[in-house]
Amino acid sequence: MDDYILEMKDITKEFPGVRALDRVNFKVKRGEIHCLVGENGAGKSTLMNVFGGVYPFGTYSGDILLNGKICRFRNIKDSEKAGISIIHQELALIPELTVYENIYFGHEIMSGKTIDWNQTLVKAKEILKKIGCKANPVDKVKEYGVGTQQLIEIAKALSKKVRILVLDEPTAALSEADSAHLLNLLRILKTHDVTCILISHKLKEVTQVADSITILRDGKTICSMDATKQKISENEIIRNMVGREINNIYPPKIPHKLGGVSFEVKNWSAFDPAKGRKILHNVSLCVRSGEIVGIAGLMGAGRTEFALSVFGNPYEYQISGNLFVNGRKVTYHHPDRAIHDGLSYMTEDRKANGLILIQDIKQNLTISNLRRISRNRFVLNENEEVRLANEYLKDMDIKAPSIDQIVGNLSGGNQQKVSLGKSLFIEPHTLILDEPTRGIDVGAKYEIYIIMNRLVAQGMSIIMISSELPEILGMSDRIYVMSEGKITGELKTSEANEEKIMTMATAS
Amino acid sequence: MSLLAEIRKLLRKNMRQYGMYIALAVIIIIFSISTNGDFVSSRNISNWINQTGYIAVLAVGMTLILIIRHIDISVGYLCGFIGAISAVLMTQFYLPAWAAIVLSLLLGLCIGMFGGFLVAKIGVPSFVVTLAGMLAFRGLLLLVTEGTGTIIVSDEGYNALGNGFIPELGNVGGYHLLTLLIGALTIIFCIISQIRTRHNRIQYHFEVLSVPIFVIKLVFISAIIACIDLILAGFKGISWTLVIVVAIVAIYSFILNRTPLGRHIYGVGGNPQAAELAGINVRKITFIVFASMGLLAALAGILFTARSKSATPTAGTAFEMDAIAASYVGGVSANGGIGKVTGTIVGAFVMSSLMNGMNLMGIGISYQYIIKGAILVLAVIFDIHTRKAKKMG
Repeated sequence: MDDYILEMKDITKEFPGVRALDRVNFKVKRGEIHCLVGENGAGKSTLMNVFGGVYPFGTYSGDILLNGKICRFRNIKDSEKAGISIIHQELALIPELTVYENIYFGHEIMSGKTIDWNQTLVKAKEILKKIGCKANPVDKVKEYGVGTQQLIEIAKALSKKVRILVLDEPTAALSEADSAHLLNLLRILKTHDVTCILISHKLKEVTQVADSITILRDGKTICSMDATKQKISENEIIRNMVGREINNIYPPKIPHKLGGVSFEVKNWSAFDPAKGRKILHNVSLCVRSGEIVGIAGLMGAGRTEFALSVFGNPYEYQISGNLFVNGRKVTYHHPDRAIHDGLSYMTEDRKANGLILIQDIKQNLTISNLRRISRNRFVLNENEEVRLANEYLKDMDIKAPSIDQIVGNLSGGNQQKVSLGKSLFIEPHTLILDEPTRGIDVGAKYEIYIIMNRLVAQGMSIIMISSELPEILGMSDRIYVMSEGKITGELKTSEANEEKIMTMATAS
Repeated sequence: MSLLAEIRKLLRKNMRQYGMYIALAVIIIIFSISTNGDFVSSRNISNWINQTGYIAVLAVGMTLILIIRHIDISVGYLCGFIGAISAVLMTQFYLPAWAAIVLSLLLGLCIGMFGGFLVAKIGVPSFVVTLAGMLAFRGLLLLVTEGTGTIIVSDEGYNALGNGFIPELGNVGGYHLLTLLIGALTIIFCIISQIRTRHNRIQYHFEVLSVPIFVIKLVFISAIIACIDLILAGFKGISWTLVIVVAIVAIYSFILNRTPLGRHIYGVGGNPQAAELAGINVRKITFIVFASMGLLAALAGILFTARSKSATPTAGTAFEMDAIAASYVGGVSANGGIGKVTGTIVGAFVMSSLMNGMNLMGIGISYQYIIKGAILVLAVIFDIHTRKAKKMG
């Protein structure tokens, strides 16, 4: 007889016009790591929100059984009391407060009517030690990177006597090393009697840590698999996620016809006055037309900073070195000049830096190149705008009822496609893609890869920054590896493998 | 699609916009009934429009400021100060009215540019810059009017901006002829431009309104213009203030809706980081918007001085709050990125109609403020509600 800590039975949740969950069944055994996978929009987050009390009892149908007893959570507080903690993709820490203040934020240790800060600090230190987090509890949270902040979130959950810990895409923004550490921590938590539910798009992780895997598709439970008895392959998961077998996650490589060098930097160094340190050291690289060049590296290796520093330098680093676009030496003081010269940059963070979420698809697509839809330089031709936007909607295969759809309401994958479309609207010759498939599902990923291959076939140059090694290996023609602001290696894809890249990425 | 379904769809899509027009209509009806028609008399409507003019001009500038997520609380006293300067230029330096006006507008523009420079280039928060401006302009206004107290402006051409009406060609049965002509031309122009837009969209194979709805829309717009025009023609015709307000709205509406600059303003308001990476110079846009605010504040100052035929040491008090309130009531989002000049103008008229109507009804000033406050909050609640509803659907 299996011992289930959690059983969700026939959960149905409807939003106006949409049935987000359709009689979903989800059972979690005590003390296991249970992975919940599915494409974007499959209902994973909705299910966890039902479970966590975000959607209170009565707004859904079905039963939640915790330790065999029916639970009716009215709010998040209720579910927390029951020992449930959800760590969302967007971390909920307060950057200006210290680590230990954050850990006990909302359930402060009291002595009488006031907060006992000494006790708080002692307890916080204990928890941090338990999970192997090296953060100094009296430092402000903002001084730490995403990886450490993730651990602090877990520490916070543990401080609340968590029984079931839900992690929503915890490794999406983490480097391989940080991810490995986090996954390892989940295994340790198991020994401390904490049950983990892990939502992840990274199937490799899933197959590594999962004891059980439940797959959702279109708001329905497709299957639950026990991974302790037999090894479950990534392909098997993918087949269940999308309902078809994707043999190749990456489209076949067509040998691209390489042209001249369209973009080159030599001895490119940058100093960040805000951080007070040098962030790039003598970077030299080039890309030819028709080529996809991958830049691999760990989080914090300086790849995004590099991209921004060549793309008009919006954060005003102090730069030395030479930048050549189509053989011409150029200096940019603002992204507008870079765009004017045919460079385009797609940000890694589409919500914060890429899209204007309150505007519609059409306005987002055209904003970086309004000249293209202007009669002269001063008056817009709105009809032309609609025509072109519809063209891009079709080309990018953005799934939306119309170009008037507000971008904030689209799914992650479709938002990413809008972001890509926006980068392409300026008709660039060199495209810098920063984590082009972060946080989107397998199907949308594949479509973006197809688009990338189509673009290079048309003679575009693509620089692809990615933290996912399979993606780097699967898509690039040539690979640069960065570490601590330096290029630590250059590889032809045919000679490259994950080990070689990781060795270079951790070199300094 | 059936006629009714189409109307319902239109209503739902433009709920926020129509809501405001409906609110204005309801207010007008209520006041008309409670004042036995005095509110809609030609004289009062004409007066109401002139009363709203300078706030409307300020609010147009404020709309842009609020869209790009800034605020300007200095414009009230800036208005007062510039108005006083223009009066001084005429009465003490004996400049002709046009020269005084041009110099005043230039001064406003320069002040706006300086504020814009502090906000955009130096990075001082706009609230701080304009709070400092508010204090400084108040001081400057007192300084300028110190020796003389209230400055009486006697130049008729200048005062006509706030009180005067367009010239009379003739009188047809008690109606102002030129006003009638302009009304007719406006209606014809509206119809032609609507038909052309529709024709254009059809050429591009875009969705257009069905013929009956389109005709209803045209008739409706024409009727409203005709109605306003007839009311105005029944008194002294179209005022110069109205001409200026219409011109400002037309120019700013055009800029916001039809030019790259306008798109850039909305882009900066919607997401400044994304705008920067899309090649928009956020600082430049911020600078331009503050400069335009300075210019419009100067214009509003001139309108107000002309209307009261004098510059007083207290002119401009709390104008900025009226302008901000008009913008929010008119549908500008408190989070920036969303807002229309036409909406703001309706907002300005809603707010001033409350004052005007309640004055006619004899309701005390204390209640007027309370009711204005309540309306402001209600409008924003309505705004949030409709936007939420949209998100769910």
